[in-house]
Order: sequence, then C-alpha cells, then structure tokens
Amino acid sequence: MVDPEGKTATPEEPPRELDPAWRRVLLARHPKRPHSLDYIQRICNDFHEIHGDRLFGDDPAIVTGFADFDGRQVLFVMEQKGRTTKEKIHRNFGMPKPEGYRKALRAMQMAAKFDRPIVTFLDTAGAYPGIDAEERGQAEAIARNLREMARLPVPVVVVCISEGGSGGALALGVGNVILMMENAVYSVISPENCANILFRDTGRAEWAAGALKLTAEDLNALGMIDEIIPEPPGGAQDDWDTAAANLRLHLAGRFRELSIMSADQLVEHRYAKFRKMGNFFA
Amino acid sequence: MSWFKRDKPTDEKLPKLEDSQRKVRTEGLWQKCEGCRQIIWKKDLEVNWNVCTKCGHHFRLDAPARIKLLLDEGVFETHDHCLTSSDPLHFVDSKPYSERLKAFQASTGLSDAVIAASGRLDGRTVQVCVMDIRFIGGSMGSVVGEKIARAIERSIGGHMPLVIVSASGGARMQEGAVSLMQMAKISAALMRMDEAHLPYISVLTDPTTGGVTASYAMLGDLNIAEPGALIGFAGPRVIEQTIRQKLPEGFQRSEFLLKHGMLDAIVPRLEMKQYISRALKFFMA
Ligand SMILES: [Zn+2]
Repeated sequence: MVDPEGKTATPEEPPRELDPAWRRVLLARHPKRPHSLDYIQRICNDFHEIHGDRLFGDDPAIVTGFADFDGRQVLFVMEQKGRTTKEKIHRNFGMPKPEGYRKALRAMQMAAKFDRPIVTFLDTAGAYPGIDAEERGQAEAIARNLREMARLPVPVVVVCISEGGSGGALALGVGNVILMMENAVYSVISPENCANILFRDTGRAEWAAGALKLTAEDLNALGMIDEIIPEPPGGAQDDWDTAAANLRLHLAGRFRELSIMSADQLVEHRYAKFRKMGNFFA
Repeated sequence: MSWFKRDKPTDEKLPKLEDSQRKVRTEGLWQKCEGCRQIIWKKDLEVNWNVCTKCGHHFRLDAPARIKLLLDEGVFETHDHCLTSSDPLHFVDSKPYSERLKAFQASTGLSDAVIAASGRLDGRTVQVCVMDIRFIGGSMGSVVGEKIARAIERSIGGHMPLVIVSASGGARMQEGAVSLMQMAKISAALMRMDEAHLPYISVLTDPTTGGVTASYAMLGDLNIAEPGALIGFAGPRVIEQTIRQKLPEGFQRSEFLLKHGMLDAIVPRLEMKQYISRALKFFMA
C-alpha cells in the first residue's frame, strides 16, 4: 500500500553540501514523510481510535487507540501532524495541548489496567505554546506524564518517528525501549530557537543542528536511545511501505523481549534506564 | 534607620561627581523597585531577604541566601558540591561551554545551578535543593539532574521530606538531549518518592519556566509559589510570537496560576519557612 502522493511527487531533496544534521532536520520535517497514522495503516490491523481526556476535550494532535499488532492487543499513543492545510489546522500543526497529554495518560493507564502493552510515536515540533495551553497547565500535564509513565506496569516502547520536539515529545517518551527512525531528530530545542537565543539569528539554525547533537546516531552514541530503525535509501518519504515494514519488525522484536518481564521488572527496568541517563559529570 | 532618612540626598549635599561616576555609584548602592518604582537602599533589601520594604515586591534571591532562610542555623551540610558537567556535546558557540562553565563557577562560587543540602527545618530533618538563577539562567543539565535525583534518593533512604526551590529558565541547551532526559530522570525518581509516601514540597520562584516547570516543579504534593513569580511552560516571548498578540496583564504570574488551579498556595518569602514547617506537620505528624 503506497500513498500515490508520497510516491510520485518529486520531493524537495536537500542538496548534498548541507550540514549532515541539518539535512536530517529537513528530512524529519519533509512534507511527504509518513505520519503516525500512515504507519498505523501499514503495521497493524483493526485499529480503533479512542477520544478525549474526560476532563476538557479531545486533542487531535494526539491520537490514541487500540489495535491488533503481531498477535497482541496493543495501545498506540501517537503525535499526529496534518498533511493538507485543513488537516494541519485540525491537528494544530502537531502541537499538543494539555488535553492531548491527559488523553494519552488516561489511555495508557487504561491499557495498564488490562495488562496491555503500549507503543508511543513521537512526532511534534513541540507542545503548543499558547494562552489556553498555559491556562490549562501545559507544564503540569507534561510533568505528570513523565512521572506516571515511569510506573506503568506494562511494556512501553517509544519510537521517535520524525521530530522529537523537546518536552512536548518527551511527555510520551518514557519507555522501556526508545527507538528512532534513521532520519528522525530528537532535541531539547529546535535549531532555529537555539540559533535565535545564542546569536539572535535563525539563519544559523544549520550550525545549531550540528551543535545540538540531535540525530539518531548522536543520541545513540550518547546512550539516550536503544536502536536506530533503518529507512529506505533517500529516506522514508520515498517509500512508506519499506519504512513501515522496518518499523514493524523492530517493534515486534522488542515486544517479544519485553513480554518475558514481570510488571515489577518492567518498572525497575525503565527506572534504571532513565536513572543512568546523563552521567556526564565529574 | 537608613542613611536615606537621616540625611536627604539632595544634589547640593552629594559630593560633586561626573555623570558617569554618579551612575556607577548609584547602581552600586541603590535599587529601583519594579513593584513600587521607589528607590531602595540595597542594604535594606538584603536585610529583608530581597523583599521590598515598601511594597513587598519579591526580588530574586540566590541559592546560598535561600538556604540560610529555610534551614535552621548552623546545622546543614551540602552534598555533591563538586559535581561539574563534563560537557557531553562538546558544545561551542561564541565560546566553549566548558569555558562558560568555569566563568560561572568563578562568578557564583557554585559548581552548577543547584545546591543540594540536608539540614533541619524547624527542627525536622529535610533534604533541600535550591536552584540559582545566576548560574546560566538556572538551567538544568546533567549536574542539576543528578544532584536532584540523589537528593530524592537520600529522602527515600532516610525517610525524610524533600523541598525543591526552583528558579530556572528550563533545560540547558548546551547539553542537548542529555538535559532533556533529566526531566524524565527526576520525574521517575519522584515516582519512587510518591510510592514511598514521603512529602515533596515544590517551591516555585521567579522565574520557573520550560523543562523545570514541565517536570519536578509541578510534581509537588504541594506546589507553592512566591508572589508575582513568572511560572510557565513556554516563555512569554515564544507565546507572543506564536499567537501574534499581546499577552494579558499578569499572564503566567503566580496569581494567574493560582486562579487556574495550578498552585496550592502563594506564600510570601518571609513566611515560607513557617508555611513549609506547618505543611510537613500535616504530612508527617
Ligand atoms: Zn517596592
């Protein structure tokens, strides 16, 4: 199954002389790159979306739902960007609000109650910076997810599929296993904002992309992720099916590994993983 | 009684100074209050823990002074005060991060942006972490993450309450994803604190934004703030650029957060110790 748009259109291939990290940033944001629901169509069966945080509303920037995956009942929690202008607006350009993070947590706790494993897909420029989001406690919603994901007694596998935008991505990112697609990026700040803060010049974003060490290889070398999922030559935007097949293979393998662990072992394993992150001090 | 009241400083009575000299001299001794627009003698301000004696406006307070304010005299020890960042990204902008760290260490006398201490608060043994905004904007990197995680572990190990006083612009850009992951590391440690049924009081001071608010600062059993503190996830300038309109008066200040249900209380600095002591009595008998 190939999206005709994604396959036939000529992507704006970034020229070779770009900084390699910046090239990854452009690929991660490529207009033809598969989004969460494009992968869902290809890696699992019988997906059913569930809506709402039961507190305020339903945030279309995060999609939650259950599906058959590799013979298991799995909960998927995903950041979702839009492709057309109308979809982009509907999905708030993939920038979740507090109700999105609260929906995600509600769904994950429901899955945990019934002993079902969880997959999350990270793909956001960041949590939405707006008046309403601040009023409803954007920071509190993210913070709570970080703490509550740490105690989920079921397997949690996190995949940064494209853009891991700071706390807005990490709010779904506390897993037993953290994977990144080959051309995904994961960063504390966007290269543009970093360049703006340091030099008052967003034109230096390309430099910042390199300095921030945000590629899958960089994060792997720093011990922040477990594995890189290969993409088809040129990038996932050129061949959604192959990218999805690779993702499926890695997810299924990880679930088989985690399925032998008890609830206590899973919580301990996840804790130990994050506890040793960032031992860069003397 | 201040010199100001004894001897009115009119231009005639002041020694004659060049304009430039006068400016330097004034900056050294006087502080204009953002709250009441009055000029206050700095000594008066310091004696009053940087709270305006005229209007109660809270100026920022550095971490060593904050520890003196909160802990009983002479009975505290600091922990991990030698931990320094090893610069995991080898980050260099206009100058190397490693040099920047040394410069801030020299100017503040701190190894990084948080002091971890154990001591007594009204006689009760507590773990306290206090952030210092002077150290690279109070930003959180691997050292802040590790010192706070260890403080949480000491709390659990010693069955003690924890108080974290936040003052931070968020995660430290110069440590990239490493600083981002400290949010998850500390929050996971707080999960264990929660399971141990030990109280954690989060004190939010001006400013507390970004990854610090979006992790431990909002995870207290009580989240309490000083009056008028800027508290939020996104910085006001980022929000203004996104929505392209002016922000309402008082947006993201303590009073705004209290109104929207994000804080348990707003507590003036000079009552903070008493309030925490009272709250701990509720939690721990
Ligand atoms: Zn004043």
